[in-house]
Amino acid sequence: MSRLEDAIDAGRFVVTAELLTVNSGGLDAVHERFAPYEEYVDAVNATDNTAAHAHASPLAVAIALKQLGMEPVMQLVCRDRNRLALEAEIAGAALHGIENLCCLTGDDVTAGDEPEARRVFDLDAIQLLVTANAMRNGHYLSGRKIEPAPRLFLGAVENPAAPPVDYRPERALKKVRAGARFLQLQVLFDLAPLESFMAEAVASGLAEQCAILPSICLVRSPSALRFMDERVPGISIPAEVIERCENAADSEAECFEVSCELAEAARRIPGVRGLHLISFRKEAGIARLCNRLNIPTRAERELSGDRSRIVV
Amino acid sequence: MKPIALIEAAVKKPVFGCQMCGQCVLHSTGMTCPMNCPKMLRNGPCGGVRPDGNCEVKPEMRCVWVKAVERAPKTPWADEIHDIRKPVDNRLWGTSSWINHFTKRDKVAPKGWRVEA
Repeated sequence: MSRLEDAIDAGRFVVTAELLTVNSGGLDAVHERFAPYEEYVDAVNATDNTAAHAHASPLAVAIALKQLGMEPVMQLVCRDRNRLALEAEIAGAALHGIENLCCLTGDDVTAGDEPEARRVFDLDAIQLLVTANAMRNGHYLSGRKIEPAPRLFLGAVENPAAPPVDYRPERALKKVRAGARFLQLQVLFDLAPLESFMAEAVASGLAEQCAILPSICLVRSPSALRFMDERVPGISIPAEVIERCENAADSEAECFEVSCELAEAARRIPGVRGLHLISFRKEAGIARLCNRLNIPTRAERELSGDRSRIVV
Repeated sequence: MKPIALIEAAVKKPVFGCQMCGQCVLHSTGMTCPMNCPKMLRNGPCGGVRPDGNCEVKPEMRCVWVKAVERAPKTPWADEIHDIRKPVDNRLWGTSSWINHFTKRDKVAPKGWRVEA
């Protein structure tokens, strides 16, 4: 059983983080990216060509993480591979003992720096989950057997703030029916959509059927906030938040404050089982945030059995 | 294209923007063709839908799933929007979904495709 699955099953508070993209530099480059926050996280996401920019593959990075003693969550998007290639990646990951798999649709190729590329989308995220779940049950999509069946722990993402917002909990439920056991939410800078998503998730039982982890993003400057607001698909940032950071005497400190406030509020929302943390720089921001919020280290959480309460 | 497929295309292209996938799911998606989604998503909207409800890829186009979710409750097949739809069979492009419907060819899923209720 993966460490993430164990933490979720035991009802402990879960912390995951997103590894900065890797292009070169060997294992050292991978290690230096998670070393600052190593002690806080249960697992680290190896991303799959984020925002449609090519990087070292999620399978390669996930293997590197494992070699370095960190538990990976391998992301797979539907944009760049057909179903055969996706199944091959999953089988390959399981061969290396990588169990956590996060299935996404993926940003379109036009969001990236090679917009002339062919988009694939042979499967969608839900069909990918069904496929991975079939593999977990010992067969490929074709029905051909896999013996022994690979151990897999499946997850997905959801964006509570993207239209049609009322339909998002329903779509998340579809992902759970397809096999997802955890959901890492899209980055949010506005609590209102998260609060209504979580209220519905608790009411419908979604929050009990999978571990929902809101994502908190650490940025260092108001211009980075503006960039994300304008250029990153699926993320919109309230103008007040950007203005607040711009008008502060120390805008970098204010950006950090904003993230801390969001993280603190998000983890208090009923049904939330943990946090997914994202930073776009190689620095200690994630560890500082955990420290600031008094989130115990992973070892402390495992010892104390620290539980997040699901209020129904 | 065979004669019936040609007639189907002539009827459905102007009305629904039919792409002739040969495995029509229009009635279960609020009479909105999901093959007009640039990502051809058949199980709901991606996370990139713009705040105004338009498409991540084509900012001038309303997200087909925003439309589907709005329209589905007004159809007799309202509940079918919750179905988990199987992957597209890429061998059926350009064939008539009417014929594939009557021969049940469009119901054929990969052997390993299983969805719990």
